[in-house]
Amino acid sequence: MGWAIALHGGAGDIPRSLSPDRRLPREAALRHCLQLGVSALQSHAHPLDVVELVVRELENHPQFNAGKGSVLTTDGTVEMEACIMDGKTMRCGAVSGLTTVVNAVSVARLVMDKTPHIYLGFQGAEAFAREHGLETVDPSHFITPENIERLKQAKEANRVQQDEKSEVLAATGGSGDSQIGTVGCVAVDRDGNLATATSTGGLVNKMVGRIGDTPVIGAGTYANSYCAVSATGRGEAVIRATVARDVAALMEYKGLSLQEAAAYVVGERVPQGTAGLVAVSASGEVTMPFNTTGMFRACATEDGYTEIGIWPTEQE
Amino acid sequence: MGWAIALHGGAGDIPRSLSPDRRLPREAALRHCLQLGVSALQSHAHPLDVVELVVCELENHPQFNAGKGSVLTTDGTVEMEACIMDGKTMRCGAVSGLTTVVNAVSVARLVMDKTPHIYLGFQGAEAFAREHGLETVDPSHFITPENIERLKQAKEANRVQQDEKSEVLAANGGSGDSQIGTVGCVAVDRDGNLATATSTGGLVNKMVGRIGDTPVIGAGTYANSYCAVSATGRGEAVIRATVARDVAALMEYKGLSLQEAAAYVVGERVPQGTAGLVAVSASGEVTMPFNTTGMFRACATEDGYTEIGIWPTEQE
Repeated sequence: MGWAIALHGGAGDIPRSLSPDRRLPREAALRHCLQLGVSALQSHAHPLDVVELVVRELENHPQFNAGKGSVLTTDGTVEMEACIMDGKTMRCGAVSGLTTVVNAVSVARLVMDKTPHIYLGFQGAEAFAREHGLETVDPSHFITPENIERLKQAKEANRVQQDEKSEVLAATGGSGDSQIGTVGCVAVDRDGNLATATSTGGLVNKMVGRIGDTPVIGAGTYANSYCAVSATGRGEAVIRATVARDVAALMEYKGLSLQEAAAYVVGERVPQGTAGLVAVSASGEVTMPFNTTGMFRACATEDGYTEIGIWPTEQE
Repeated sequence: MGWAIALHGGAGDIPRSLSPDRRLPREAALRHCLQLGVSALQSHAHPLDVVELVVCELENHPQFNAGKGSVLTTDGTVEMEACIMDGKTMRCGAVSGLTTVVNAVSVARLVMDKTPHIYLGFQGAEAFAREHGLETVDPSHFITPENIERLKQAKEANRVQQDEKSEVLAANGGSGDSQIGTVGCVAVDRDGNLATATSTGGLVNKMVGRIGDTPVIGAGTYANSYCAVSATGRGEAVIRATVARDVAALMEYKGLSLQEAAAYVVGERVPQGTAGLVAVSASGEVTMPFNTTGMFRACATEDGYTEIGIWPTEQE
């Protein structure tokens, strides 16, 4: 039994034609964040600290849909949400509707550590973050030109689809590079302590106030003594299927292995093209299944296994 | 296989010394709401409509912690949340942070029926409700003298406990009648269509922006093809234990009966004194377990069984 870590930068319709200027920086970020997490685990950092550290790094990277680089609401604004959970104690923290706080995952951590609650939203969450001295910036800090463009494409696709009386949500708008999900990290140390954290800007062109799966304990984020899970994809599908909880429940209630449970949930419990996840078990196993075109992901285990990828590997 | 319905007005530390002026109106309300739901089912109303109807009625009753009569935040304001879910389609809707809308459960229903999303919070949810013409009132409408008193007692208990360096949340504040949970209703028709709805003002003296278990799909509210569940109690405990999802998961993944699954979750997965639930199965069974002093509850099945109660019955 050794440590293990896995992280993701979002599952979605990531085309193989993704241009190098969009692919290479993200691969480099995944590599960098993986190394950050591995070093922390090797230094015996607690998994809760490891996942928070890695997710903060992913939030700060402008090409992932969290923190800076978050997708925009239909009003062109950013509303960020995050969640963190400790498998051993089942303590957890979640936030939604942040607009000025640089690192949503750290607010979630504070809610878990400093309040008798689990989940704070919107103005209450913002006020709490400020009271605790977390770094805040002007909301414009989080907005990137790529996301202004994504919003424009999504609105255009919506207009087209409304003409065609189609019900498909236009968040897939335009071609390529539009489904950039969420970021997350799961980790386990040699003692079997598990932790997970997820962070996101949500869905392109979402209604103001829309909450996705990320802060919904049991949907996008969950950890207990069996495993730690961070999911990504179409939030509404992940909520309906209680993805993260179900992976652990299948292990506990049906005796499935981590890989079997995760593969089953992603393969059979959510519609094709809507979800992916990363998960680690108490015994140091790792799995990263997805049913979308691709999922930005990376993982490493103490016995030397390392993987960084976007699309399915040859054998999948 | 016939129809079945169960509803609750909150689980908590309800003392047997509860005065008649507080007990009788609630018993009458439970009886009235049960009859409303039963009549609707006998008229072949869809369970989704039945649970929404019953929960609206409970929200309007000032002595339950939802809608009018909601407990107050630490600022003395009301922030309401609700959730509704359809077992057959797994469609669901949830809202948090409502301040002026008379019936939160109806906003949740609209989110489910009229948007591509599941969950809207705070100002976005309020704006959505207004756009759809739902009834709104001045926020003072929801505030009752009893809840002003409860908040005062909770703040006083907090001061005492801080002096004693106690970590127990003061929401238990004062003696008696302070833990009034949540309201909820579950129903199934003869065809096995299941639905659930839950609504609440949350936790006395909660932080502004605090979200509890009610709108967290899988925690306080959940329905699928196996059962429909509405939970109540200490929100944070219900979230950690993913109470509503676990009842259904135990039935599906471990083959437990509705009653076994619900009893196990309430008895073994949440701390004593923190939770209760009502649930119905696709085949028309009903169960209403709780591990608190009492739970305002009522149920009825097509074959004539009826129960209205507050404390455990003799045989429990």
